[in-house]
Amino acid sequence: MPDVNFIVDGKQLTAPAGTLLIDACKSAGIEIPAFCYYPGLSLQAACRMCVVRVEKMPKLQTACTTPVTEGMVVQTETPEIAQARKATLQLLLGNHPLDCPVCDAGGECELQDMTFKYGAADSFYAEPKNHREEQKWSPVVYFDRPRCILCYRCVRMCGEGMDVFALGIQNRGSSSIIAPNVPAQMSPDQLAHVDCEQCGMCIDACPVGALTSGTYRYKTRPWEMNHVATICTHCGDGCKTTLGVRSTSDGSEIVRGDNRDKSGINGDFLCNKGRYAFDFANHGERITQPLVRHADGTLKPVSWEVALEHAGSRLRELRDSRGGSSIGVIGGNRLTNEEAYLLQKFARTVIGTNNIDHHRTADYVTFAQALSGTKGRTASQHDTASFPAVLLVGGDPTNQNPLTAWNLRSDVRLNKARVYVANTETIKLRRQAKAFLQLAPYGYGAFANYLAGDAAAASSAAADANALSAFRDAVKAEEKLLILIGSELRGAELKKLIEFGLTIPGAKFALLSDYVNSRGAADMGLLPDMLPGYVPFGAKHPLASEYAAPAAPGLDMLGIFDAAAEGELSALYVVGANPIARYAVDPAALKDTFVVVQEMFLTETAALADVILPAANLYEKSGSVTNSYGDLQQVAKAADRAGVRSDFEMIVRIADKMGAEVPKLVPFGKGLRADMGQSRGAHSGEADRHAVWLTANNLEPRLSPFDPFAILDEIQRLVPGYSLLRLQLLSGNDQHLEPAAPSGLVQITGQSARRDLVLPAHDSLFTSGTLGRYSAMLNDLQQNEAQRAAASSAHTAAD
Amino acid sequence: MPTLVSHPDEVKVISRRFGQGAADIDKYVELDGYKAVQKAIAEGPEKMSGWIIDTMKASGLRGRGGAGFPTGLKWSFVPKQSEKPKYVLVNGDESEPGTCKDHVIFLEDPHAVIEGTMIAGLAIGAKTGFIYLRGEYRYLLKIMEKAVADAYAKGFLGKNIFGSGLDFDVITQSGAGAYEVGEESALMESLEGKRGVPRIKPPFPAVVGLYGGPTVINNAETIASAPHILLMGGEAYAKIGSERNGGTRLFGISGHVERPGVYELPMGYNLKKAIYEVAGGVKDGKKLKAVVPGGSSCPVLTADEIDVGLDFDQMGKAGTMLGSGGIVVLDETVSIVEFALRTINFYQHESCGWCIPCREGTDWIKKTLTRVHAGGGANKDIDNVQYLAENMLGRTFCPLGDAAAMPTLGFVKKFRKEFEEYIAGKRVDTPLITVQDLVGAH
Repeated sequence: MPDVNFIVDGKQLTAPAGTLLIDACKSAGIEIPAFCYYPGLSLQAACRMCVVRVEKMPKLQTACTTPVTEGMVVQTETPEIAQARKATLQLLLGNHPLDCPVCDAGGECELQDMTFKYGAADSFYAEPKNHREEQKWSPVVYFDRPRCILCYRCVRMCGEGMDVFALGIQNRGSSSIIAPNVPAQMSPDQLAHVDCEQCGMCIDACPVGALTSGTYRYKTRPWEMNHVATICTHCGDGCKTTLGVRSTSDGSEIVRGDNRDKSGINGDFLCNKGRYAFDFANHGERITQPLVRHADGTLKPVSWEVALEHAGSRLRELRDSRGGSSIGVIGGNRLTNEEAYLLQKFARTVIGTNNIDHHRTADYVTFAQALSGTKGRTASQHDTASFPAVLLVGGDPTNQNPLTAWNLRSDVRLNKARVYVANTETIKLRRQAKAFLQLAPYGYGAFANYLAGDAAAASSAAADANALSAFRDAVKAEEKLLILIGSELRGAELKKLIEFGLTIPGAKFALLSDYVNSRGAADMGLLPDMLPGYVPFGAKHPLASEYAAPAAPGLDMLGIFDAAAEGELSALYVVGANPIARYAVDPAALKDTFVVVQEMFLTETAALADVILPAANLYEKSGSVTNSYGDLQQVAKAADRAGVRSDFEMIVRIADKMGAEVPKLVPFGKGLRADMGQSRGAHSGEADRHAVWLTANNLEPRLSPFDPFAILDEIQRLVPGYSLLRLQLLSGNDQHLEPAAPSGLVQITGQSARRDLVLPAHDSLFTSGTLGRYSAMLNDLQQNEAQRAAASSAHTAAD
Repeated sequence: MPTLVSHPDEVKVISRRFGQGAADIDKYVELDGYKAVQKAIAEGPEKMSGWIIDTMKASGLRGRGGAGFPTGLKWSFVPKQSEKPKYVLVNGDESEPGTCKDHVIFLEDPHAVIEGTMIAGLAIGAKTGFIYLRGEYRYLLKIMEKAVADAYAKGFLGKNIFGSGLDFDVITQSGAGAYEVGEESALMESLEGKRGVPRIKPPFPAVVGLYGGPTVINNAETIASAPHILLMGGEAYAKIGSERNGGTRLFGISGHVERPGVYELPMGYNLKKAIYEVAGGVKDGKKLKAVVPGGSSCPVLTADEIDVGLDFDQMGKAGTMLGSGGIVVLDETVSIVEFALRTINFYQHESCGWCIPCREGTDWIKKTLTRVHAGGGANKDIDNVQYLAENMLGRTFCPLGDAAAMPTLGFVKKFRKEFEEYIAGKRVDTPLITVQDLVGAH
């Protein structure tokens, strides 16, 4: 679109023709108020707040539906306009309950803001307000009808944004009401409910307090919380969630999760897990004291000093007596990059073992290897909202990567993107797809081969040969294609698909995974056969020389437990993982192994431990994480809990107890002995005050050994692809990284073995691995779903 | 069923076949029925569309729904080429209180609507026409359905109409009883099976209309005028009316008159004459108090203001509107307070609720007037009602807000004295509003 020139409030402005006046003004710093307008959703022109005066037009015009044209002259704030807006507010307030002092939205309410601005304080209505009782639509969505101003944002958000269509409008005129899709008369409890994905986007979009969150309502006021923007721990999309935090007697608790400033990689979106499922932190079974197994076999609480000493000295003893290679280390995919990096460095340099692995939820090793030597071929999460064409093979983003699904829907809706979906299941995103190809069971490998030109693979790829070839031809005709790959594809299949994709010059790739740092755990080298950045042993890389790690590949996840079963594993160090449950390991395998576990809860794995160290979760520490796409983001410490420590600190302290040279492990200062007695809150992300003072006085800052940023320098310096921009990270922006393996060095081997290692969690919208079990809200939502399903089947039976 | 009325001043164009049993297709054919469409087809495929549109333009016919947009011009806006099918849509959602003209057409001359629809279809290149009747006109729908079936049976509708090689289908549809769908885009939503709420314009229906296709939507009277215009010629039709207001119009005169009914008068006919001569004057020799000239949404005229010509321009100059041609005559016994309340009750009930000023404004005017009517009013209420109406006017999503605000403003401005007297007056028996009622109010 060519640019047009127009004048707003005397300012000469330029914008592409067709831009809506309200958007053009916003870009120029002129804010036009609106209730019903929501960027990206369909236009309503219902609230009449955005009225402006356009020269040569007889009436006031709505800025939300007026495209800018050449020579247009607009006034946005005149007495006439202010009066129109004031009158509209007076009309709204006529029926509004004015319970602002108790309303959740008080202080964050657009109606409140507008009333302050236009001063519609005087009223001339004598009649009673229309009142209706509030409704509990679900455990997380409450509707307070009298507060509703009928802007229809929720209706559009649910329908257009989420493709759920659970909300609609009933009645007409002043009886109009937002209604959920399970009306009272169809509900066993005779109350209206909502049958939906419980994403909470309707609450987010609501400009007033009509829709409120079950986890937050009436708990506190917005100004009584600290608002900490961090990254959601639950899936691989890496949404920014802003946690509302309040002080408590034993730390500080998270009261709310929401998408407060919409500044994250997720834009307008946040799903139910990012919004509500922070409550695991307050679960009653949280471990807040170190536990050590006594001679009688019971776990008893001990002091931190005792627990660390016991773990450290025993690990040292076993390393010295049976060798480092008799010890296994398992990391988690909710650790920060700094922790994951530190853990593998600790394993390789302090323990002296390559027996390192993590719960792999997607085959990032193959992904990195297949793309080695390429540049600009990996997609950022941002690409999912803007690419003109997308091929989705496998996966179910609606359930497992909700932001990806949201972006794809937006891309189709706003950019008319062509989405091609190939799946063995009829996933929901097929509804947005230009073409949906039903693959045969286990047909991904055959499909990849077929795409790559093996016509013989057709019959095992899909039952419908015509659909298959039409699908392939359509995909091949695309010039700029985003290829999203589900975790079902691994090893040779994944490699084949990427090889096919590489024949399309404008193709980019992403491999979807399950948790906040599944990608980071692999990137940071929690792998038995590779150093961070997928650097192979024996490669000429500074990592190899600096580490002096054992040169032979170690045992992978399954190998570690096989070794344990054969009595060859002297010790196992598990940091934030639950392999016993996830990999269905026989607990008896560990009977002769000394097990140290850092965990929040007494999980199946922790229950077998000799030492349990109570760990902080992702919301209680700072650092960085990498999402499925390779977008790096900062994690900020929000909450605090007395008695727990970050995994970072615990690893450093165990290393110290093992007699390691801490400054070598964590390069936190030059030539200084670590002051292990204190942490000065540095691991908490707060500024080290002493260091600040030193810097201010031109002296060398002495960072704490528990400060994750001490090791970020090393990651930045050594890990291929992680040449990040520090300022970008610290300012809360995301940045795309490409930790592809150095080219030409590696061959994809051991496919059959690796296949078993990749174990997608297959989380639904209401589950989140082991952690999800400890979220009361996720459990409530699952129960709600089950009850609703039971009720609806009973209802159907009764019919 | 009202009996048909007649007056020597009438010029019978559209009402030419009324009372002659033209609902019967043979009778209709006998009375020059389906000749206009054949005349158009005789122009040949090249010239047909242009000829129809030129004739309509020359006739000066302006939309009979109330907005008065030139019909020929409207038809000419439809793009010649379109990827999506084009449609003709007949707006038979005659809902404006006081209006009863389309009703007589459906009853007395249903085939004129069908023939007009075909003509509009030939003009814009549509193959399908919809005739949409308001929900309350179910009994007329039967007549229309029979007429359509008869036209198919004769081969007038369907494939290859009158040997033109062109196909045309007509589908009838009933509304669900909402005033709002009289608005053209809300009608399309309703016809598509959706909630009857207007669409954002632009795009206008001529570009993006029913099912996304270019659509001509006209009032039933407008459409039914088309066959007559084609037969008599555009210029001849234009000559009947006043300047820039071609032809005749059906006026429904109701209320306190001696001979209420639907009369076809030339455009520009004097309103006073229409009341006192055509309709026989105020009933029982009472004094005239006020006239609502074009359906309830038009600002009221006092007895002194009715010496005005009935066309779009003259009525506009008089500070009111020609509207839908429903003239409601009120004699001296009518309480304007009650009449204003009844009027706003209708608009409050019919507001679709989409936009704030209309949804909330009609509701608060109704609440306030209800209290005033019950005897609990204060002079400040009159100011409040005026303030509400003034702030609705021109600020709503569709014209329904204006339709509610304009008459209300007319009543409180022109009859303020009566409101004040009513408030100060003799209503001591009606309880005043109590303090308890006010608790919880804003």
